[in-house]
Amino acid sequence: MRNNDFLLKNAVLADGVAVDVEVRSDRISRISPGITSELPNIDVKGNYLLPGLVDLHTHLREPGKENSETIATGSRAAVIGGYTAVSAMANTSPVADTAGVVEQVARLGKAAGLCDVYPIGAVTVGLKGDSLSEISAMAQSAARVRIFSDDGNCVSDPLLMRRALEYVKTFGGVIAQHAQEPKLTAGAQMNEGAVSSRLGLKGWPAVAEESIIARDILMAHYVQSRLHICHLTTKGGVELVRWAKSQGISVTAEVTPHHLLLTDDLAEGYDPIYKVNPPLRTQADVDALRTGLADGTIDIVATDHAPHPSEDKDCEWAAAAFGMVGLETALSVVVQSLIKTGLMSWPTLVNRMSTTPAKIAGYEDHYGIEIGSFANFIVVDPNAEWKVNRNQLHSRSNNTPFAEMVLPATVVHTFYRGVHVVRDGQLTGMKYE
Amino acid sequence: MHTRNLLSIKDLTRVEAFELLDTAHELSRITDGAIKKLPTLRGRTVVNLFFEDSTRTRLSFEAAAKRLSADVINFSAKGSSVSKGESLKDTAQTLEAMGAELIIIRHGASGSAQRLAESGWIKAHVVNAGDGTHEHPTQALLDAFTIRSHFPAHKTDFQGLRIGIVGDILHSRVARSDALLLTMLGAKVTLIAPPTLIPIGVESWPVNVSYSLDEEIPALDAVMMLRVQSERMDDAFFPTEREYSRDYGLTTERLRALKKSAIIMHPGPMNRGLEISAASADSEQSVILEQVANGVVVRMAVLYLLMGGAPIPTEGVLV
Repeated sequence: MRNNDFLLKNAVLADGVAVDVEVRSDRISRISPGITSELPNIDVKGNYLLPGLVDLHTHLREPGKENSETIATGSRAAVIGGYTAVSAMANTSPVADTAGVVEQVARLGKAAGLCDVYPIGAVTVGLKGDSLSEISAMAQSAARVRIFSDDGNCVSDPLLMRRALEYVKTFGGVIAQHAQEPKLTAGAQMNEGAVSSRLGLKGWPAVAEESIIARDILMAHYVQSRLHICHLTTKGGVELVRWAKSQGISVTAEVTPHHLLLTDDLAEGYDPIYKVNPPLRTQADVDALRTGLADGTIDIVATDHAPHPSEDKDCEWAAAAFGMVGLETALSVVVQSLIKTGLMSWPTLVNRMSTTPAKIAGYEDHYGIEIGSFANFIVVDPNAEWKVNRNQLHSRSNNTPFAEMVLPATVVHTFYRGVHVVRDGQLTGMKYE
Repeated sequence: MHTRNLLSIKDLTRVEAFELLDTAHELSRITDGAIKKLPTLRGRTVVNLFFEDSTRTRLSFEAAAKRLSADVINFSAKGSSVSKGESLKDTAQTLEAMGAELIIIRHGASGSAQRLAESGWIKAHVVNAGDGTHEHPTQALLDAFTIRSHFPAHKTDFQGLRIGIVGDILHSRVARSDALLLTMLGAKVTLIAPPTLIPIGVESWPVNVSYSLDEEIPALDAVMMLRVQSERMDDAFFPTEREYSRDYGLTTERLRALKKSAIIMHPGPMNRGLEISAASADSEQSVILEQVANGVVVRMAVLYLLMGGAPIPTEGVLV
């Protein structure tokens, strides 16, 4: 039974056009102003109707680290934050380096039924960087994996990286590189610069990220394959990607919300809530990332949602885990960093947080609000503000660096394949079956 | 003092730093005679919480606390519950439950003293006895105390004094605390090291930087030689010990280039023949053993001022 057909009244698209949207059998059946229908009406009162957000970088921790997050809890956090598709990173336990594990992740995502959960496959066996995992088997599995990443680790061996880039060409896949030269960052704790020099925390130089980006851009060009740069954080990295695009090289890049808003001086109190890989950088880097995202040098925002249990953060800096949760705050942080600053428009935000990530990954059910497409969309109140409360997150972990911040824009409704999974900012308990 | 913890030199104002040195001087004067012990912290409990081996710092704090009549508990991480995976938080809360009013912490992680003091884990006062490669504030205070005792004209202002800190600045908590404190007191501090041992970002420090000890040494009033850790050798910070010693060691030739009024300092333990020659270490200009003695009175002053002990008697009292 699919008795959840409805008519969405008084919506405004990102470009400012007022419409009503009718949904029948999970899909959008009509989009135009002034629709009347016998179906239940949902009045969204002039708020934005945007395609559901798409995340290409999500740590859902299952299998193996269910004390941090599960696919079910991560899915809840996702839809509360306006995401209708997430991409489960491969660094689970066991690692998602076989068809069996990626199919399990996809199955658990379907069972949760709140958003699409697309597994990412590991590039190398066990993320060890020694030998390629069975990439083709994962691509041909029921999970149809298209993105491969050793995220958490860099594929630092240049020959292995070359082979991976070549290999995924058979099915149009993409290698998402965690750009971190391991020798330059052994034991590194935070951005290397004035703050690290004073705090005595081992520095993580920008060049450790940029040297890998430069190398892999050249490699992607050489083997004519697709490279995706995970979580770009430095001004120099933005300039390298800009150059690559000017040369027509097939490279895409992502930036996280936290790197668009936070800087390395937050480490001054040694609170590991600000400890993240790659590290928070300087204001000059933040400015370059914002400009790069606005002008399209950086293609997308990705959360790098990285849940950790409290004991892994309630300790000294060096002992703490790297990472921050981000699904529930991403949209608001991007609005704060780019729309409130006048750098970006709402249609561009939709491009960077939904349509372009969907296209990079080939998530065809998330290509936008069109007649005939699945009803994956959200209603956003751009004028509302909310205060982030660490204890009210839906993720199993609460390691947010944005606690107590007042941020703009709220996700009022989330619809996933026509199911009203979030209503007035609350989970409805409904799911897609 | 306005602070309830001593985590960093930044916790002190210039006025407070001089007051602390004055207090240390007063304590040294009183305990210099036959009577070594004051009753000011009688019945109070101080814990030495040491996650790294450091016999000399621990003994110095222990002696300081005992001369103020405090009860001292020594907790060494080795062979303890810490090696079984107990967290810093749980260890500190356990010690507080046993009555610790002040915790002196030595830990390999930068910022661990600040985390202990500011995370809401415990209420006890915290004194940083060295945290990773961050700070070692009582070492800087004893260094300032030592410098002051040799330059009485600078009792209330270090302006005009030129102090060189030589060696592994990158990994040195002593260098960070010394640079902050000595410049705050008015001295001009120059860090002298090969570029591999100078931190990126040092421009934000209130110091000069030089790569040449030979150029700097004739102008210095105090030269502080830092210990070369043997593990630095493995990380290619410099090619060989011999080359390091030739360029940055306080050799007997460089001893001759030093002003006769200048003093030679070292936080210990020394590598004789590497960063400092035996002749330099044992020369009349060396104040290295005075630093050790001054460590006790400076730490007495820190404990006394943080714990708000009973007034210091004008003369030593038998207890």
